[in-house]
Amino acid sequence: MKETLIEFKNVSFSYDNEEQTPSQAVKDITFSVRKGEFIAILGHNGSGKSTVAKLTNAILLPEKGEVLINGMNTKDESLTFDIRRTVGMVFQNPDNQIVATIVEDDVAFGPENLGVEPAEIRHRVDEALKTVGMYEYREKEPYKLSGGQKQRVAIAGILAMQTECIVLDESTAMLDPRGRREVMNTIRTLNREKGITVLYITHFMDEAVEADRVLAMNDGEIMLDGTPHEVFAQSEKIRAAGLDVPQAAELSQMLIEDGLNLGRVALTVDECISDLLAILEVSR
Amino acid sequence: MIRDITIGQYFFGKSFIHKMDARMKILISLFFIILIFLCKNFFSLGLVAAFTVFILSISKIPFKLILKSLKPIIIIVVFTAFLNLFYTKGGKTLYEFWVFEITLKGVYSAIFMAVRIICLVAGTSLLTYTTTPTSLTNAIESLLSPLKRLHVDVHTFAMMMTLALRFIPTLIEEIDRIMSAQKARGADLESGGLVKRARALIPIFIPLFVSAFRRAYELAYAMECRCYNGGKGRTSMKKMHFTYRDGVAFAVIALLTAGIFILNFNIRAVI
Ligand SMILES: Nc1ncnc2c1ncn2[C@@H]1O[C@H](COP(=O)(O)OP(=O)(O)OP(=O)(O)O)[C@@H](O)[C@H]1O
Ligand SMILES: [Mg+2]
Repeated sequence: MKETLIEFKNVSFSYDNEEQTPSQAVKDITFSVRKGEFIAILGHNGSGKSTVAKLTNAILLPEKGEVLINGMNTKDESLTFDIRRTVGMVFQNPDNQIVATIVEDDVAFGPENLGVEPAEIRHRVDEALKTVGMYEYREKEPYKLSGGQKQRVAIAGILAMQTECIVLDESTAMLDPRGRREVMNTIRTLNREKGITVLYITHFMDEAVEADRVLAMNDGEIMLDGTPHEVFAQSEKIRAAGLDVPQAAELSQMLIEDGLNLGRVALTVDECISDLLAILEVSR
Repeated sequence: MIRDITIGQYFFGKSFIHKMDARMKILISLFFIILIFLCKNFFSLGLVAAFTVFILSISKIPFKLILKSLKPIIIIVVFTAFLNLFYTKGGKTLYEFWVFEITLKGVYSAIFMAVRIICLVAGTSLLTYTTTPTSLTNAIESLLSPLKRLHVDVHTFAMMMTLALRFIPTLIEEIDRIMSAQKARGADLESGGLVKRARALIPIFIPLFVSAFRRAYELAYAMECRCYNGGKGRTSMKKMHFTYRDGVAFAVIALLTAGIFILNFNIRAVI
């Protein structure tokens, strides 16, 4: 069993609202993330996903309960800097998180803030840009890049800080399918090859399916927590929470209900095909 | 039209001027402005004009771009030239009608002013064309750093400039988008008197401000997430250092200054 990186202990949070009585955005949540895990967080609009993300690196502090990052409590202000160099965050709109006017200068922003030596920053920036496949664009202006490319630059900016964990808050929501593919592939490589822990907040089921573990949120609570197979097998609950089930899962579930012995709920088209082929082989 | 704005735009290149230290370029640009106003006659101004053409050509910035950057100032050039043409009196009268009188001196001073303004704009815009905004603001921070003793927050000032420059293209795009959206809803932005047109801009600027504030808010989050805390203990990837190039540039400027002074005072005695 690997070490725990992020730990939420009975965390509640509500935004201060002048108009209404404050409603809780996050209600008594408990979960933990181990080092090297790839976790997808699902949930309808307003279910509290972004709030959870912002609680992980002390942008928001829990009202009740506590959040521990590598054992560091986010409430301790003297640790905020260390927490933020452990958990990096990529947001939805790439335009609003790029600071500099040249790609490589933007990637250097994080390490510069950490006070890293100039030569080491240069090395990290080059490495990070190569990892996300944006090295050739290092001297370009970000506004001339496509959405997917900008988002990869933003990821490089976090990589150059050498954080242990990356939180992506709907970072693919504004991208076309190709841009989403680019970002997803980059993230998967980082997780597999560099062992970086990933918290991937998304609306897209086909992206969630690729995670090791899925957390489904509903109205500020964690409704389901398990492998993609475990979570999507409970399609009733998922639909009740206003979420979609991947089409492949829907089809295989219907077939199972009709008495076909598929053995599992398929999540991707490929899985579905191979399951069906296996059944056909057996029945021959 | 909005897309024609080239303020603070940088054009990638590897010329001698691109590689100079940004601090040197800023100082030289400021000094260059003074030099232009020190020119007293056509000989010294001619030298400055030749120098301007020289630096523009070694910067390898496409000639078209330079012309484009001069486009917005055409009106100012023409206007000042006309004022000088009619209001400077002296020398032979060339042409006369009604209350106007064009004299030889008027023609000279009109040309003089026009060349002066063109050199001024073309020469100084080279600074932003050949320097990335990041090194520009780093240089300003470094040049102003003596003010830190007086508790002026030089770093924050430089960061504000970086962000402003960074968001120019984004906000220009946004204005374009909002204008199209309003036009699609039937907003009429192009006809009517001044007041009506000014009023038509309100539905453009309110959404622009709202979105600018939202962006600022998100950007602040993103910067905090990347451990920004107001420049304490911050290092810089691109260390600035003076090279032989800056020495050469300094020598060239010194020669230019000497040339201007000699032409200003001595040519007349020679002729
Ligand atoms: N800055 C804020 N001020 C007040 N209330 C907020 C603020 N941000 C979010 N909320 C409220 O908190 C709740 C959870 O919001 P959160 O942004 O975490 O949801 P989300 O799951 O990220 O949604 P989305 O999918 O739309 O991004 C919502 O009811 C929302 O209205
Ligand atoms: Mg959100």
